[in-house]
Amino acid sequence: MYYQPDIETMPAEQLRELQLERMKQSVRHAYDNVAFYQQSFKDAGVTPDDLNSLEDLQKFPFVIKQNMRDAYPFGLFAVPQKDVARIHASSGTTGQATVVGHTKNDLANWGDCFARGIAMVGGDENSTIQVSYGYGLFTGGLGAHAGGEAMGCSVIPTSSGNTKRQVQMMKDCGTDILACTPSYALLIADTAIEMGYDPATEFKISGGIFGAEPASDNMREEIASKLGIQYCDVYGLSEIMGPGVAMECAERSGLHVAEDHFYCEILNPETLQPVPDGEWGELVITTLTRECCPLVRYRTRDVTRIISEPCACGRTHRKIDQLRGRTDDMLIIRGVNVFPSQIEQVITGFPEIATHYQIILTTRGPLDHVELQVETVPDFPIDEVRKIEDLKKRLGVELKSNLQVSVEVKIVEPKTIARSEGKAKRVIDLREGK
Amino acid sequence: MISQLTVFLENEKGRLAAACQTVADAGINMHAMNLADTADFGVVRLLTDTPEAAAEALRAAGYRAAVTPVLAVRVPNVPGGLAKLLSFMDEQEANIEYGYCFSVNADVAIDVLKVDGDSGIEQKLTAAGFEPVRPEDIYDLD
Repeated sequence: MYYQPDIETMPAEQLRELQLERMKQSVRHAYDNVAFYQQSFKDAGVTPDDLNSLEDLQKFPFVIKQNMRDAYPFGLFAVPQKDVARIHASSGTTGQATVVGHTKNDLANWGDCFARGIAMVGGDENSTIQVSYGYGLFTGGLGAHAGGEAMGCSVIPTSSGNTKRQVQMMKDCGTDILACTPSYALLIADTAIEMGYDPATEFKISGGIFGAEPASDNMREEIASKLGIQYCDVYGLSEIMGPGVAMECAERSGLHVAEDHFYCEILNPETLQPVPDGEWGELVITTLTRECCPLVRYRTRDVTRIISEPCACGRTHRKIDQLRGRTDDMLIIRGVNVFPSQIEQVITGFPEIATHYQIILTTRGPLDHVELQVETVPDFPIDEVRKIEDLKKRLGVELKSNLQVSVEVKIVEPKTIARSEGKAKRVIDLREGK
Repeated sequence: MISQLTVFLENEKGRLAAACQTVADAGINMHAMNLADTADFGVVRLLTDTPEAAAEALRAAGYRAAVTPVLAVRVPNVPGGLAKLLSFMDEQEANIEYGYCFSVNADVAIDVLKVDGDSGIEQKLTAAGFEPVRPEDIYDLD
Protein backbone atom coordinates (compact mmCIF):
# COMPACT_ATOMS: atom_id res chain seq x y z
CA MET A 1 0.00 0.00 0.00
CA TYR A 2 1.29 3.39 -0.97
CA TYR A 3 0.56 6.91 0.17
CA GLN A 4 1.23 8.53 -3.22
CA PRO A 5 1.22 5.57 -5.65
CA ASP A 6 1.73 7.66 -8.81
CA ILE A 7 4.88 9.21 -7.41
CA GLU A 8 6.23 6.30 -5.40
CA THR A 9 6.00 3.80 -8.26
CA MET A 10 6.79 6.23 -11.09
CA PRO A 11 8.88 4.55 -13.82
CA ALA A 12 12.58 5.30 -13.25
CA GLU A 13 13.02 7.12 -16.55
CA GLN A 14 10.15 9.47 -15.80
CA LEU A 15 11.44 9.99 -12.25
CA ARG A 16 14.87 11.07 -13.59
CA GLU A 17 13.15 13.55 -15.93
CA LEU A 18 11.16 14.94 -13.03
CA GLN A 19 14.33 15.21 -10.96
CA LEU A 20 16.18 17.10 -13.70
CA GLU A 21 13.31 19.49 -14.28
CA ARG A 22 13.00 20.22 -10.56
CA MET A 23 16.76 20.39 -10.07
CA LYS A 24 17.04 23.08 -12.75
CA GLN A 25 14.31 25.11 -11.07
CA SER A 26 15.74 24.63 -7.60
CA VAL A 27 19.33 25.49 -8.53
CA ARG A 28 18.09 28.61 -10.36
CA HIS A 29 15.89 29.55 -7.41
CA ALA A 30 18.87 29.24 -5.06
CA TYR A 31 21.12 31.22 -7.37
CA ASP A 32 18.61 34.00 -8.00
CA ASN A 33 17.76 34.56 -4.36
CA VAL A 34 20.76 33.66 -2.21
CA ALA A 35 23.99 35.69 -2.33
CA PHE A 36 25.96 32.70 -1.03
CA TYR A 37 25.19 30.67 -4.16
CA GLN A 38 25.95 33.57 -6.50
CA GLN A 39 29.41 33.75 -4.94
CA SER A 40 30.08 30.01 -4.69
CA PHE A 41 28.89 29.34 -8.26
CA LYS A 42 31.04 32.22 -9.48
CA ASP A 43 34.07 30.82 -7.64
CA ALA A 44 33.45 27.45 -9.26
CA GLY A 45 32.88 29.03 -12.68
CA VAL A 46 29.33 27.72 -13.15
CA THR A 47 25.88 29.21 -13.60
CA PRO A 48 22.49 27.49 -13.45
CA ASP A 49 22.62 27.36 -17.28
CA ASP A 50 25.37 24.74 -17.03
CA LEU A 51 22.90 22.24 -15.60
CA ASN A 52 21.55 20.22 -18.53
CA SER A 53 21.66 16.71 -17.11
CA LEU A 54 21.67 15.19 -13.64
CA GLU A 55 25.38 14.39 -14.08
CA ASP A 56 26.09 18.09 -14.70
CA LEU A 57 25.42 18.65 -11.01
CA GLN A 58 28.95 17.33 -10.37
CA LYS A 59 30.32 20.64 -11.68
CA PHE A 60 28.61 22.56 -8.90
CA PRO A 61 30.24 23.43 -5.58
CA PHE A 62 29.28 21.84 -2.27
CA VAL A 63 27.55 23.31 0.73
CA ILE A 64 28.92 22.24 4.09
CA LYS A 65 27.62 22.63 7.61
CA GLN A 66 30.03 25.50 8.28
CA ASN A 67 28.47 27.49 5.40
CA MET A 68 25.14 27.17 7.19
CA ARG A 69 26.65 28.28 10.48
CA ASP A 70 28.28 31.26 8.78
CA ALA A 71 24.92 32.17 7.25
CA TYR A 72 23.22 32.22 10.66
CA PRO A 73 20.40 32.99 10.97
CA PHE A 74 18.81 33.76 7.60
CA GLY A 75 21.69 33.96 5.14
CA LEU A 76 20.58 30.92 3.12
CA PHE A 77 16.89 31.79 2.98
CA ALA A 78 15.61 32.17 -0.58
CA VAL A 79 12.17 33.62 0.19
CA PRO A 80 11.02 36.83 1.86
CA GLN A 81 10.16 36.60 5.52
CA LYS A 82 6.40 36.79 4.86
CA ASP A 83 6.64 33.39 3.16
CA VAL A 84 8.52 31.72 6.02
CA ALA A 85 5.95 29.58 7.80
CA ARG A 86 8.16 27.97 10.41
CA ILE A 87 11.71 27.93 11.70
CA HIS A 88 13.56 24.93 13.09
CA ALA A 89 17.08 24.88 14.45
CA SER A 90 19.70 22.24 15.06
CA SER A 91 20.95 21.76 18.58
CA GLY A 92 24.31 23.36 17.93
CA THR A 93 26.12 20.80 20.11
CA THR A 94 29.03 20.81 17.67
CA GLY A 95 29.17 24.57 17.19
CA GLN A 96 26.95 27.47 16.23
CA ALA A 97 23.33 26.39 15.81
CA THR A 98 21.96 26.31 12.30
CA VAL A 99 18.55 27.69 11.46
CA VAL A 100 16.38 26.25 8.72
CA GLY A 101 13.18 27.86 7.47
CA HIS A 102 10.15 26.22 5.87
CA THR A 103 7.46 27.69 3.66
CA LYS A 104 3.91 26.40 3.69
CA ASN A 105 4.72 24.20 0.69
CA ASP A 106 7.89 22.93 2.34
CA LEU A 107 5.86 21.81 5.34
CA ALA A 108 3.26 20.14 3.13
CA ASN A 109 5.95 18.23 1.22
CA TRP A 110 7.54 17.20 4.51
CA GLY A 111 4.24 15.79 5.71
CA ASP A 112 3.91 13.85 2.45
CA CYS A 113 7.43 12.41 2.72
CA PHE A 114 6.82 11.17 6.26
CA ALA A 115 3.33 9.89 5.42
CA ARG A 116 4.89 7.52 2.86
CA GLY A 117 6.65 5.82 5.78
CA ILE A 118 3.38 5.53 7.66
CA ALA A 119 2.02 3.59 4.68
CA MET A 120 5.19 1.47 4.65
CA VAL A 121 4.34 0.15 8.13
CA GLY A 122 0.77 -0.50 7.06
CA GLY A 123 -0.80 2.71 8.33
CA ASP A 124 -3.68 4.62 6.71
CA GLU A 125 -6.33 7.19 7.62
CA ASN A 126 -7.77 4.75 10.17
CA SER A 127 -4.51 4.54 12.08
CA THR A 128 -3.58 6.19 15.33
CA ILE A 129 -0.01 7.46 15.47
CA GLN A 130 1.66 8.40 18.71
CA VAL A 131 4.47 10.90 18.29
CA SER A 132 6.95 10.49 21.14
CA TYR A 133 9.71 12.50 19.52
CA GLY A 134 10.37 15.78 21.26
CA TYR A 135 8.35 18.70 19.90
CA GLY A 136 10.06 22.02 19.43
CA LEU A 137 13.03 23.31 17.46
CA PHE A 138 14.05 19.66 16.94
CA THR A 139 12.42 18.43 13.72
CA GLY A 140 11.45 14.97 15.00
CA GLY A 141 8.18 15.77 16.77
CA LEU A 142 6.61 18.17 14.31
CA GLY A 143 7.91 16.21 11.31
CA ALA A 144 6.23 12.99 12.40
CA HIS A 145 3.18 14.99 13.42
CA ALA A 146 2.90 16.48 9.93
CA GLY A 147 3.19 12.98 8.45
CA GLY A 148 0.35 11.71 10.62
CA GLU A 149 -1.86 14.64 9.65
CA ALA A 150 -1.04 14.32 5.95
CA MET A 151 -2.09 10.67 6.06
CA GLY A 152 -5.23 11.58 7.94
CA CYS A 153 -4.31 9.55 11.02
CA SER A 154 -5.43 10.33 14.54
CA VAL A 155 -2.29 11.91 15.95
CA ILE A 156 -1.40 11.69 19.65
CA PRO A 157 1.28 14.34 20.29
CA THR A 158 2.68 12.89 23.53
CA SER A 159 6.15 14.33 22.81
CA SER A 160 8.94 12.68 24.81
CA GLY A 161 9.03 12.11 28.55
CA ASN A 162 6.61 10.85 31.19
CA THR A 163 7.09 7.32 29.95
CA LYS A 164 4.44 5.61 32.07
CA ARG A 165 1.82 7.96 30.67
CA GLN A 166 3.13 7.17 27.18
CA VAL A 167 2.47 3.49 27.83
CA GLN A 168 -0.98 4.20 29.25
CA MET A 169 -1.95 6.32 26.22
CA MET A 170 -0.57 3.68 23.91
CA LYS A 171 -2.71 1.03 25.55
CA ASP A 172 -5.89 3.01 26.19
CA CYS A 173 -5.99 4.88 22.87
CA GLY A 174 -5.06 1.83 20.82
CA THR A 175 -1.96 3.34 19.21
CA ASP A 176 -1.14 1.61 15.91
CA ILE A 177 2.14 3.34 15.12
CA LEU A 178 4.80 4.79 17.40
CA ALA A 179 7.26 7.41 16.15
CA CYS A 180 10.31 8.28 18.29
CA THR A 181 14.03 7.68 18.67
CA PRO A 182 15.11 4.01 18.91
CA SER A 183 16.45 4.44 22.43
CA TYR A 184 13.16 5.94 23.57
CA ALA A 185 11.19 3.17 21.85
CA LEU A 186 13.18 0.64 23.87
CA LEU A 187 12.54 2.55 27.08
CA ILE A 188 8.81 2.68 26.33
CA ALA A 189 8.80 -1.07 25.62
CA ASP A 190 10.72 -1.87 28.80
CA THR A 191 8.52 0.43 30.86
CA ALA A 192 5.39 -1.28 29.52
CA ILE A 193 6.86 -4.66 30.45
CA GLU A 194 7.77 -3.36 33.93
CA MET A 195 4.19 -2.16 34.32
CA GLY A 196 3.08 -5.75 33.80
CA TYR A 197 2.02 -5.59 30.16
CA ASP A 198 3.18 -7.58 27.18
CA PRO A 199 2.91 -4.90 24.49
CA ALA A 200 3.71 -7.42 21.75
CA THR A 201 0.50 -9.34 22.38
CA GLU A 202 -1.70 -7.07 24.49
CA PHE A 203 -1.31 -3.76 22.65
CA LYS A 204 -2.75 -2.90 19.26
CA ILE A 205 0.51 -1.35 18.05
CA SER A 206 1.80 -2.86 14.80
CA GLY A 207 4.34 -0.41 13.42
CA GLY A 208 7.13 1.86 14.57
CA ILE A 209 9.00 4.64 12.79
CA PHE A 210 12.32 5.28 14.47
CA GLY A 211 15.22 7.55 13.65
CA ALA A 212 17.39 10.53 14.59
CA GLU A 213 20.05 8.38 16.24
CA PRO A 214 21.99 5.23 15.35
CA ALA A 215 20.69 1.81 16.40
CA SER A 216 22.41 -1.55 16.01
CA ASP A 217 20.63 -4.47 14.33
CA ASN A 218 20.32 -6.17 17.71
CA MET A 219 18.64 -3.12 19.18
CA ARG A 220 16.21 -2.90 16.25
CA GLU A 221 15.29 -6.55 16.68
CA GLU A 222 14.82 -6.09 20.40
CA ILE A 223 12.47 -3.14 19.87
CA ALA A 224 10.53 -4.94 17.15
CA SER A 225 10.07 -8.11 19.18
CA LYS A 226 9.26 -6.40 22.48
CA LEU A 227 6.60 -4.21 20.89
CA GLY A 228 5.52 -6.78 18.30
CA ILE A 229 5.87 -4.37 15.39
CA GLN A 230 7.32 -3.79 11.95
CA TYR A 231 10.37 -1.55 12.39
CA CYS A 232 10.74 1.34 9.95
CA ASP A 233 14.05 3.19 9.95
CA VAL A 234 13.65 6.85 9.02
CA TYR A 235 16.45 9.08 7.80
CA GLY A 236 16.43 12.82 7.81
CA LEU A 237 18.41 15.81 8.87
CA SER A 238 17.24 19.20 9.94
CA GLU A 239 19.42 21.01 7.39
CA ILE A 240 17.61 19.25 4.57
CA MET A 241 14.11 18.98 6.06
CA GLY A 242 13.83 16.60 9.00
CA PRO A 243 12.69 12.98 9.30
CA GLY A 244 11.30 11.59 6.04
CA VAL A 245 14.14 12.15 3.56
CA ALA A 246 14.32 8.35 3.30
CA MET A 247 12.22 5.63 4.91
CA GLU A 248 12.43 1.86 5.16
CA CYS A 249 9.71 -0.29 3.61
CA ALA A 250 8.54 -3.73 4.75
CA GLU A 251 11.27 -5.42 2.70
CA ARG A 252 13.70 -4.14 5.37
CA SER A 253 16.61 -3.86 2.95
CA GLY A 254 17.25 -0.15 2.73
CA LEU A 255 15.47 3.19 2.95
CA HIS A 256 13.61 4.59 -0.07
CA VAL A 257 14.74 8.14 -0.69
CA ALA A 258 11.93 10.57 -1.56
CA GLU A 259 13.59 11.07 -4.94
CA ASP A 260 10.95 13.47 -6.19
CA HIS A 261 12.13 15.89 -3.49
CA PHE A 262 15.80 14.99 -3.05
CA TYR A 263 18.66 14.04 -5.35
CA CYS A 264 21.32 11.86 -3.75
CA GLU A 265 24.95 11.38 -4.71
CA ILE A 266 27.44 9.11 -2.98
CA LEU A 267 31.00 10.40 -3.09
CA ASN A 268 34.36 9.09 -2.07
CA PRO A 269 35.02 11.30 0.97
CA GLU A 270 38.71 11.61 0.11
CA THR A 271 38.51 12.44 -3.60
CA LEU A 272 34.94 13.82 -3.57
CA GLN A 273 34.35 11.91 -6.82
CA PRO A 274 31.17 9.87 -7.28
CA VAL A 275 31.39 6.14 -6.54
CA PRO A 276 29.43 3.47 -8.44
CA ASP A 277 26.05 2.41 -7.04
CA GLY A 278 26.54 -0.09 -4.24
CA GLU A 279 29.80 1.37 -2.99
CA TRP A 280 29.97 3.12 0.36
CA GLY A 281 30.71 6.80 0.58
CA GLU A 282 29.45 10.15 1.78
CA LEU A 283 25.85 11.03 1.09
CA VAL A 284 25.46 14.40 -0.68
CA ILE A 285 21.93 15.73 -1.07
CA THR A 286 20.48 18.33 -3.39
CA THR A 287 16.98 19.48 -2.54
CA LEU A 288 14.61 19.62 -5.52
CA THR A 289 11.53 21.32 -4.10
CA ARG A 290 12.61 23.24 -1.01
CA GLU A 291 11.50 26.84 -1.29
CA CYS A 292 12.83 28.50 1.84
CA CYS A 293 16.25 26.85 2.14
CA PRO A 294 17.20 25.15 -1.14
CA LEU A 295 20.47 23.28 -0.79
CA VAL A 296 22.74 22.38 -3.69
CA ARG A 297 25.07 19.47 -2.97
CA TYR A 298 24.91 19.48 0.81
CA ARG A 299 27.59 17.23 2.28
CA THR A 300 25.81 15.30 5.02
CA ARG A 301 28.96 13.53 6.37
CA ASP A 302 26.74 10.48 6.69
CA VAL A 303 28.13 7.33 5.14
CA THR A 304 25.85 4.99 3.22
CA ARG A 305 25.50 3.49 -0.24
CA ILE A 306 22.90 3.48 -2.98
CA ILE A 307 20.89 0.30 -3.42
CA SER A 308 19.64 0.63 -6.98
CA GLU A 309 18.18 -2.86 -7.45
CA PRO A 310 14.39 -2.86 -7.85
CA CYS A 311 12.56 -3.32 -4.56
CA ALA A 312 9.95 -6.05 -4.13
CA CYS A 313 7.61 -3.49 -2.56
CA GLY A 314 7.08 -1.92 -5.98
CA ARG A 315 8.47 1.51 -5.14
CA THR A 316 10.83 2.76 -7.81
CA HIS A 317 12.66 5.31 -5.69
CA ARG A 318 16.20 4.12 -5.05
CA LYS A 319 17.20 3.12 -1.55
CA ILE A 320 20.09 4.06 0.69
CA ASP A 321 21.50 1.50 3.10
CA GLN A 322 21.40 1.88 6.87
CA LEU A 323 23.91 4.54 7.79
CA ARG A 324 27.30 3.15 8.58
CA GLY A 325 28.60 6.16 10.46
CA ARG A 326 29.98 9.61 9.82
CA THR A 327 32.87 10.39 7.52
CA ASP A 328 34.62 11.88 10.54
CA ASP A 329 34.75 8.35 12.02
CA MET A 330 35.96 6.57 8.91
CA LEU A 331 39.33 4.82 8.99
CA ILE A 332 41.25 3.98 5.86
CA ILE A 333 43.16 0.80 6.58
CA ARG A 334 45.31 -0.60 3.78
CA GLY A 335 43.13 1.34 1.38
CA VAL A 336 39.91 -0.15 2.71
CA ASN A 337 37.29 2.06 4.34
CA VAL A 338 36.48 0.76 7.81
CA PHE A 339 34.04 2.20 10.31
CA PRO A 340 34.23 1.55 14.02
CA SER A 341 30.49 0.83 13.82
CA GLN A 342 31.21 -2.21 11.62
CA ILE A 343 33.59 -3.58 14.23
CA GLU A 344 31.04 -2.88 16.94
CA GLN A 345 28.43 -4.78 14.94
CA VAL A 346 30.67 -7.86 14.80
CA ILE A 347 31.47 -7.63 18.51
CA THR A 348 27.80 -7.48 19.49
CA GLY A 349 27.41 -10.86 17.75
CA PHE A 350 29.75 -12.40 20.34
CA PRO A 351 28.07 -12.69 23.74
CA GLU A 352 31.43 -13.77 25.23
CA ILE A 353 32.90 -10.34 24.49
CA ALA A 354 32.18 -7.24 26.57
CA THR A 355 31.12 -4.02 24.85
CA HIS A 356 34.30 -2.15 25.65
CA TYR A 357 36.82 -2.26 22.86
CA GLN A 358 39.69 -0.30 21.43
CA ILE A 359 41.26 -0.26 17.99
CA ILE A 360 44.99 0.36 17.83
CA LEU A 361 46.44 1.24 14.43
CA THR A 362 50.17 1.01 13.87
CA THR A 363 52.55 0.78 10.94
CA ARG A 364 54.43 -2.47 10.45
CA GLY A 365 56.86 -2.17 7.59
CA PRO A 366 54.90 -0.78 4.68
CA LEU A 367 51.54 -1.96 6.01
CA ASP A 368 48.90 -0.75 8.41
CA HIS A 369 48.42 -3.10 11.31
CA VAL A 370 45.14 -3.30 13.18
CA GLU A 371 44.88 -4.58 16.70
CA LEU A 372 41.47 -4.90 18.28
CA GLN A 373 41.56 -5.02 22.04
CA VAL A 374 38.56 -6.61 23.68
CA GLU A 375 37.62 -7.99 27.06
CA THR A 376 35.75 -11.14 27.87
CA VAL A 377 32.54 -10.81 29.84
CA PRO A 378 33.03 -11.49 33.57
CA ASP A 379 31.49 -14.97 33.46
CA PHE A 380 33.55 -16.24 30.52
CA PRO A 381 35.58 -19.31 31.63
CA ILE A 382 39.04 -17.76 31.60
CA ASP A 383 40.74 -20.76 33.19
CA GLU A 384 41.02 -22.71 29.93
CA VAL A 385 43.54 -21.33 27.44
CA ARG A 386 41.95 -23.35 24.66
CA LYS A 387 38.59 -21.56 25.03
CA ILE A 388 40.24 -18.14 25.00
CA GLU A 389 42.29 -19.01 21.92
CA ASP A 390 39.20 -20.38 20.21
CA LEU A 391 37.26 -17.19 20.93
CA LYS A 392 40.11 -15.07 19.52
CA LYS A 393 40.19 -17.15 16.38
CA ARG A 394 36.45 -17.04 15.77
CA LEU A 395 36.33 -13.28 16.30
CA GLY A 396 39.29 -12.78 13.96
CA VAL A 397 37.65 -14.81 11.19
CA GLU A 398 34.36 -12.94 11.56
CA LEU A 399 36.11 -9.55 11.46
CA LYS A 400 38.11 -10.48 8.40
CA SER A 401 35.02 -11.57 6.51
CA ASN A 402 33.08 -8.43 7.48
CA LEU A 403 35.78 -5.81 7.06
CA GLN A 404 37.96 -7.35 4.34
CA VAL A 405 40.93 -6.41 6.50
CA SER A 406 42.92 -8.67 8.82
CA VAL A 407 42.56 -7.73 12.43
CA GLU A 408 44.72 -9.07 15.22
CA VAL A 409 42.46 -9.76 18.16
CA LYS A 410 43.99 -9.22 21.56
CA ILE A 411 42.07 -10.13 24.66
CA VAL A 412 43.08 -7.74 27.39
CA GLU A 413 42.54 -7.17 31.08
CA PRO A 414 39.71 -4.84 32.02
CA LYS A 415 42.15 -2.13 33.15
CA THR A 416 43.66 -1.81 29.67
CA ILE A 417 40.70 -0.18 27.96
CA ALA A 418 40.10 3.12 29.72
CA ARG A 419 36.52 3.71 30.76
CA SER A 420 35.31 7.16 29.93
CA GLU A 421 32.32 9.05 31.14
CA GLY A 422 31.43 10.72 27.87
CA LYS A 423 32.25 9.50 24.41
CA ALA A 424 34.61 6.54 24.59
CA LYS A 425 37.92 6.84 22.76
CA ARG A 426 37.64 3.80 20.51
CA VAL A 427 40.42 4.37 18.03
CA ILE A 428 44.07 5.05 18.75
CA ASP A 429 45.90 5.82 15.53
CA LEU A 430 49.66 5.46 15.99
CA ARG A 431 50.42 5.08 12.29
CA GLU A 432 53.35 7.01 10.89
CA GLY A 433 52.36 10.15 9.08
CA LYS A 434 48.90 10.23 10.62
CA MET B 1 35.42 -30.23 43.98
CA ILE B 2 37.48 -27.33 45.25
CA SER B 3 37.57 -23.70 44.25
CA GLN B 4 40.46 -22.47 42.17
CA LEU B 5 41.19 -18.78 41.80
CA THR B 6 41.81 -17.98 38.14
CA VAL B 7 43.31 -14.72 36.89
CA PHE B 8 43.64 -13.59 33.29
CA LEU B 9 46.83 -11.59 32.71
CA GLU B 10 48.25 -9.82 29.71
CA ASN B 11 51.69 -11.17 28.82
CA GLU B 12 53.42 -8.09 30.06
CA LYS B 13 56.29 -7.43 32.42
CA GLY B 14 55.28 -7.19 36.07
CA ARG B 15 51.66 -8.33 35.74
CA LEU B 16 52.10 -11.57 37.68
CA ALA B 17 53.96 -9.80 40.47
CA ALA B 18 51.28 -7.13 40.67
CA ALA B 19 48.45 -9.67 40.77
CA CYS B 20 50.18 -11.65 43.53
CA GLN B 21 50.79 -8.42 45.45
CA THR B 22 47.09 -7.62 45.27
CA VAL B 23 46.28 -11.00 46.84
CA ALA B 24 49.01 -10.43 49.44
CA ASP B 25 47.67 -6.97 50.27
CA ALA B 26 44.29 -8.53 50.94
CA GLY B 27 46.05 -10.70 53.54
CA ILE B 28 45.25 -13.93 51.73
CA ASN B 29 47.68 -16.87 51.72
CA MET B 30 48.43 -18.96 48.63
CA HIS B 31 48.99 -22.70 48.60
CA ALA B 32 49.72 -23.53 44.97
CA MET B 33 50.19 -21.74 41.68
CA ASN B 34 50.19 -22.81 38.06
CA LEU B 35 50.83 -20.47 35.12
CA ALA B 36 49.81 -21.13 31.52
CA ASP B 37 51.29 -18.74 29.02
CA THR B 38 50.67 -17.83 25.39
CA ALA B 39 52.20 -15.14 23.19
CA ASP B 40 49.96 -12.37 24.41
CA PHE B 41 48.25 -13.54 27.57
CA GLY B 42 48.67 -15.81 30.53
CA VAL B 43 46.27 -17.65 32.81
CA VAL B 44 47.22 -17.98 36.46
CA ARG B 45 45.55 -20.67 38.52
CA LEU B 46 45.91 -20.42 42.26
CA LEU B 47 44.80 -22.28 45.31
CA THR B 48 44.37 -19.70 48.02
CA ASP B 49 42.55 -19.27 51.27
CA THR B 50 39.12 -17.60 50.89
CA PRO B 51 39.11 -17.80 47.07
CA GLU B 52 35.94 -15.72 46.69
CA ALA B 53 37.45 -12.88 48.71
CA ALA B 54 40.68 -13.15 46.72
CA ALA B 55 38.77 -12.94 43.42
CA GLU B 56 36.83 -9.96 44.71
CA ALA B 57 40.06 -8.17 45.71
CA LEU B 58 41.51 -8.77 42.25
CA ARG B 59 38.36 -7.64 40.44
CA ALA B 60 38.30 -4.48 42.54
CA ALA B 61 41.86 -3.83 41.38
CA GLY B 62 40.79 -4.16 37.72
CA TYR B 63 41.73 -7.79 37.01
CA ARG B 64 39.61 -10.36 35.23
CA ALA B 65 39.43 -12.94 38.03
CA ALA B 66 37.10 -15.89 38.52
CA VAL B 67 36.54 -18.80 40.87
CA THR B 68 36.55 -22.09 38.99
CA PRO B 69 35.55 -25.49 40.39
CA VAL B 70 38.28 -28.08 39.89
CA LEU B 71 38.85 -31.63 41.03
CA ALA B 72 41.54 -32.29 43.67
CA VAL B 73 42.64 -35.79 44.64
CA ARG B 74 44.93 -36.86 47.45
CA VAL B 75 47.49 -39.42 46.23
CA PRO B 76 50.40 -41.21 47.88
CA ASN B 77 53.67 -39.33 47.41
CA VAL B 78 55.34 -42.27 45.64
CA PRO B 79 56.36 -43.07 42.05
CA GLY B 80 53.19 -43.69 40.01
CA GLY B 81 50.86 -41.76 42.30
CA LEU B 82 49.66 -39.46 39.51
CA ALA B 83 49.95 -42.08 36.78
CA LYS B 84 47.52 -44.37 38.57
CA LEU B 85 44.98 -41.60 38.98
CA LEU B 86 45.26 -40.55 35.33
CA SER B 87 44.88 -44.05 33.99
CA PHE B 88 41.68 -44.41 36.01
CA MET B 89 40.42 -41.10 34.58
CA ASP B 90 41.30 -42.36 31.12
CA GLU B 91 39.27 -45.54 31.66
CA GLN B 92 36.32 -43.33 32.62
CA GLU B 93 36.76 -41.44 29.31
CA ALA B 94 37.23 -38.26 31.33
CA ASN B 95 39.11 -35.64 29.36
CA ILE B 96 41.61 -33.49 31.29
CA GLU B 97 41.81 -29.83 30.24
CA TYR B 98 44.73 -28.99 32.51
CA GLY B 99 46.27 -30.01 35.82
CA TYR B 100 49.01 -29.42 38.35
CA CYS B 101 50.31 -31.15 41.46
CA PHE B 102 51.92 -30.27 44.74
CA SER B 103 53.39 -32.21 47.62
CA VAL B 104 51.76 -31.74 50.99
CA ASN B 105 54.44 -33.68 52.89
CA ALA B 106 56.73 -36.69 52.40
CA ASP B 107 53.74 -39.05 52.27
CA VAL B 108 50.97 -37.13 50.53
CA ALA B 109 50.61 -35.17 47.30
CA ILE B 110 47.58 -33.46 45.81
CA ASP B 111 46.75 -33.60 42.11
CA VAL B 112 44.48 -30.83 40.81
CA LEU B 113 42.64 -31.54 37.56
CA LYS B 114 40.14 -29.66 35.41
CA VAL B 115 37.94 -32.33 33.89
CA ASP B 116 35.85 -31.68 30.81
CA GLY B 117 32.22 -32.62 31.34
CA ASP B 118 31.38 -35.59 33.64
CA SER B 119 30.12 -34.12 36.90
CA GLY B 120 29.87 -37.58 38.46
CA ILE B 121 33.61 -38.25 38.35
CA GLU B 122 34.14 -37.47 42.03
CA GLN B 123 31.73 -40.24 43.14
CA LYS B 124 33.35 -42.69 40.75
CA LEU B 125 36.76 -41.88 42.20
CA THR B 126 35.53 -42.38 45.74
CA ALA B 127 33.90 -45.66 44.76
CA ALA B 128 37.19 -46.82 43.23
CA GLY B 129 39.09 -46.04 46.43
CA PHE B 130 40.60 -42.70 45.51
CA GLU B 131 40.48 -39.78 47.93
CA PRO B 132 39.01 -36.59 46.45
CA VAL B 133 39.77 -33.78 48.88
CA ARG B 134 37.34 -31.36 50.40
CA PRO B 135 38.01 -27.63 50.19
CA GLU B 136 38.64 -27.30 53.92
CA ASP B 137 41.46 -29.85 53.66
CA ILE B 138 43.47 -27.42 51.59
CA TYR B 139 42.49 -23.85 52.35
CA ASP B 140 40.45 -21.63 54.64
CA LEU B 141 36.90 -21.29 53.37
CA ASP B 142 35.17 -18.03 52.64
